[in-house]
Amino acid sequence: MNIFLVLTFSGVALGAIYFLAASGLSLIYGLMDVLNFAHGLFMTLGAYAGYEIATRLPTSLGAPTLVILAIIGATLFGGLAAGVTELILIRPLYGKPISQILITIGLDLAVVGLLMGGFGSTALQIPVPLWLVEPTHLGGLFLPNANFLAIGAGVIVLIGLELFLALTRYGIIIRAGVENREMVRALGIDVGRAFTLVFVIGGALAGLGGILYTIVFSGDLVSPNQGDSLLIFAFIVVVIGGLGSIRGSAVAALTVGLLQQYTSFYIGGHSGWAQIGDLSTVLLLAVVLELRPRGLFGRVA
Amino acid sequence: MTNAVEISDLHVTIAGSHVLQGVSFSVPTGGVTALLGRNGVGKTTTLRAILGLVASSGRIQVLGDEVAGWPTHRIVRLGIGYVPEDRDVFSALTVEQNLRLAESGSGAKYGEVFSLFPELKQRGRQRAGTLSGGQQQMLSIARALLNNRPLLLIDEPSKGLAPKIVSEFAGVLERAAQHSTVLLVEQNLSVVKRLAQRIVVLDHGEVVHHGEVTDLDDPTLVRQLLGVAGAA
Repeated sequence: MNIFLVLTFSGVALGAIYFLAASGLSLIYGLMDVLNFAHGLFMTLGAYAGYEIATRLPTSLGAPTLVILAIIGATLFGGLAAGVTELILIRPLYGKPISQILITIGLDLAVVGLLMGGFGSTALQIPVPLWLVEPTHLGGLFLPNANFLAIGAGVIVLIGLELFLALTRYGIIIRAGVENREMVRALGIDVGRAFTLVFVIGGALAGLGGILYTIVFSGDLVSPNQGDSLLIFAFIVVVIGGLGSIRGSAVAALTVGLLQQYTSFYIGGHSGWAQIGDLSTVLLLAVVLELRPRGLFGRVA
Repeated sequence: MTNAVEISDLHVTIAGSHVLQGVSFSVPTGGVTALLGRNGVGKTTTLRAILGLVASSGRIQVLGDEVAGWPTHRIVRLGIGYVPEDRDVFSALTVEQNLRLAESGSGAKYGEVFSLFPELKQRGRQRAGTLSGGQQQMLSIARALLNNRPLLLIDEPSKGLAPKIVSEFAGVLERAAQHSTVLLVEQNLSVVKRLAQRIVVLDHGEVVHHGEVTDLDDPTLVRQLLGVAGAA
């Protein structure tokens, strides 16, 4: 029972990371019909920005301050990178989906190559405070502290996004745009600004997801291809949850995170089949697509 | 009299089909001009071309500005209220949020809109997707009337609605036309006769007639232009 509870806790934390990666991707596709294959790159860039901040600032600031600054820096840099990408590369290609896919894949390959050239292809260690690598003893369970960080970030982002989409004018524009972009324009609203904002939000969440994945699940190691590996699961979560739905992404991310943890331990642990966790998410995707092609909370195509 | 809209030699091709083939007409400032024609002759496409929602070639002047090639939001900001053929309310948003989205500047006339459609005030927190067809049309018209718009483009407001509701909407549009120029696409000839002063008739992507609304009193002309009996 204890193992099940620890796995559940860990699965929720993994789900929180997937949610951070997937929510921006879902909004970007829902509003703009852009399949953004550079989204994994924003996660990687966020993690490297965090690494630079944590290793270049004076250690006299203390490890807790440094890791907080690294997380903030990763979020801001992810948003900045995504905003620049939208303005320079995506904006001229609206309505040209094949070109968008090619340019985002090309950007990802090029920048990952540059990162390998600049930082090397071996993983780099981010210094984190001791508290993050220690467990908390709670009700007879030892729960990894880093998981609390991921879950807290996921919950704050989910509530923040829901409030933003429900209460602010830009949030309402984004929801309306997901439903009928043309009519938003016909009300005299410049949807282009909403596009840029959604890209910035998506990139910031990807950057946050990237640095948290590094701290929580990657042994504090940053590597050039980590975002691309996460992107696959982010796409799976987006499709299961339904394109354009934040709530759908949250439910799907949680489901995928838990499923991966349970199958990896209960099936993979006994059989030695390490990839069963990944395979189980793909099978879940297949089942959802078969039974409900628009995803759990998706709009009707 | 200046013209609120001037269109000349307007061409639109959609998916290989040459929908508008050199349409030219003007909408004088003030009153209601009805754009008529059989189904599929390009009436809705003409409105969409004015708004920049479809790619077109030719000259389009709206409220004194040449707008060909402008993005839609910039054209609309000249002062256009638009009621689309399918209402296009945002079904996931509440009535209040639909109206809030239509706000332009600080001069939103909520009091006036709610006096025209009190039901919208009562249903402010209801999702637009759960409204009846008539209520959705109220909301669509309310969005267009919320701001002071010198030009209203209204596409088939009576489509699919009960006669009593159609009459109610005609009354609302009659009042709106006292302050705004209206370009109205409408199949219901009794509504056209009640509201419009001028008519423009399209057929096969071209203007085949323009004149006064009294032209519709000639049953032979109506049958010839619209393919329907003219006694409506």
